[in-house]
Amino acid sequence: MGILEVKNVGKRFGGLQALSDVNLSVRENSVHAIIGPNGAGKSTLLNCLVGKLIPDTGSVMFDGQSVLGRQPYEINQMGISRVFQTPEIFGDLSVLENMMIPCLAKRDGSFELNAIASVMRQTDILETAEKMLLEMNMADKRHMNAASLSRGDKRRLEIGMCLSQEPRLLLLDEPTAGMARADTNNTIDLLKQISDERNITIAIIEHDMHVVFSLANRITVLAQGKPLVEDDPQNIRGNPKVREAYLGESA
Amino acid sequence: MFGLNKKDTSLLLIVIVLTLFAPFILNPFPTGSGLAQFNAGYPDLMQRFAIFGIFAVGFNILFGLTGYLSFGHAAFLGVGSYSAVWMFKLLSMNVLPAIILSVIIAGLFALVIGYISLRRSGIYFSILTLAFAQMSFSLAYSVLTPITNGETGLQLTLDDPRVLGVTSTADGSIPVTNLFGIEMRSTYNLAVGPWDFQFNMGYYLCALVLIAAFYLSIRIFRSPFGMMLRAVKSNQQRMNYTGLNSKPYTLAAFVISGMYAGLAGGLMASMDPLAGAERMQWTASGEVVLMTILGGAGTLIGPVLGAGFIKYFENIFSKINDNILHSWFSFMPDGLEDFVVFLVHPFIGKGWHLTLGILFMLVVVFLPGGLVEGGQRIAGWVRGKKKPDAHQSETNPAE
Repeated sequence: MGILEVKNVGKRFGGLQALSDVNLSVRENSVHAIIGPNGAGKSTLLNCLVGKLIPDTGSVMFDGQSVLGRQPYEINQMGISRVFQTPEIFGDLSVLENMMIPCLAKRDGSFELNAIASVMRQTDILETAEKMLLEMNMADKRHMNAASLSRGDKRRLEIGMCLSQEPRLLLLDEPTAGMARADTNNTIDLLKQISDERNITIAIIEHDMHVVFSLANRITVLAQGKPLVEDDPQNIRGNPKVREAYLGESA
Repeated sequence: MFGLNKKDTSLLLIVIVLTLFAPFILNPFPTGSGLAQFNAGYPDLMQRFAIFGIFAVGFNILFGLTGYLSFGHAAFLGVGSYSAVWMFKLLSMNVLPAIILSVIIAGLFALVIGYISLRRSGIYFSILTLAFAQMSFSLAYSVLTPITNGETGLQLTLDDPRVLGVTSTADGSIPVTNLFGIEMRSTYNLAVGPWDFQFNMGYYLCALVLIAAFYLSIRIFRSPFGMMLRAVKSNQQRMNYTGLNSKPYTLAAFVISGMYAGLAGGLMASMDPLAGAERMQWTASGEVVLMTILGGAGTLIGPVLGAGFIKYFENIFSKINDNILHSWFSFMPDGLEDFVVFLVHPFIGKGWHLTLGILFMLVVVFLPGGLVEGGQRIAGWVRGKKKPDAHQSETNPAE
């Protein structure tokens, strides 16, 4: 029984069957990659997991609880954090403030009318945020406006914001898309370190085979909205069905 | 001090000094001198400075922090005024219960309008609030005449019950508004040489409320709640995926700023106990938007400056007429004098809107952060720097 269990999920957009009968089991503390060619339904699947879309059929269970019909913020409060393809951060706020917001969300829940206390006197929040900034190697940038960070730093900040909530499942949507090779390798190292040092499950949607095979210890291949195989990386490499559907084009 | 950091404390002190010494600051020219018409230190106008300052400070909590542009905030001001006048009619002429009721009623009203309008964002939100405000205006003007007294406006009469007060005074006139017996209209005149300084009770009540309102807004800006409101403006998507529900945050900001507007409306009625539907009209809603942007949306002191600036223009610039212009330019040769007066004429008197409009455009184009940014640039030049580097995050310019 995995921490995330997707059963028979189907989603139709008008005439397009984006997902049909998708089954997926993400084991606790694994790094699970979901790969597939363009249009395979990877992003649709991800959106079904985080509450942006509601599937037509099937069930999505996280830690024994259904996530279906819940709002994204509720699903986050259950312990799922999401990293976007293009970093989504609070551009107008400072790096430190960016880091404090998820900590506040973790401590105070989805809404708290805390309008009189000074935010800079929330010592517990400041401490967690500063610690995470150190861990992400961004402590010297704490007073910078987040919008002025480089692409790589924005990605680190976003990952740090997600981690500061101590989620049980971290979802990453093509985290290295559009990155230079050096930045990609840095991100791989960072994610490796996170998965080694923390008690966390990572599910990653990725295009880049280099990233997938450097990180994942379990892979699901999607093609045309259906799961093709779910197996360990070494078996995926040699699987003829996968080669045909996906690797065949690029290999 | 007061739980604020050094910078915010000095801002608060500036506002305290400006408001408490306003009768001196706004009266720099001796009475009778040619420049006396630029004096703004008379009770009526000073009260308006403070009241619209409160209105704009509250509006800034919504617009400056969350970026939601409400075009219907005058409705809450109007509702506050009506509530206060009803309190004067039914309960007593004490302003305290009247002001409390106006804040509560405006808050409830804002809760309903906000709940519906906040289902949309951006331009649709603005249009919804505008529609609600115009509906309120029309209702107050016609349908709800039993409550609002229609186009005449709600006034006090000699046969109002006033259960805790008196229906009419001993000499048969309508009693005046007071705070536990201190009349709002009572004014102490201090004559120093050619100067005449007026200290009005009503103004000082408004000033104290403004200081309290400003202090509260600093606390809100610097609180976790304030940070969440800035997060709403910055990236709602990230907020939702960070486990935060942005809707109650924006609604709370909307209600708080509605209550500020109600407070302003209640004070307005306390200074002059009547309320008319025109207070709810869209021009009044637009005015507070102008004040906030002109002063600097999202800054703490900007709205107060903007409110003072616009009210000064409205009341002082509009009183300059051609005769005054002729006297200013009388040193010029005849033909030239007429020509200059002809040139300046469209910008003064009834044309003050034109001057204000031009100034507004200049500010928006060259000083997107409003008067506050202008002040920072000047301070920067004085210190010999090119750009002010003082905490950019605390003074987010309007976008």
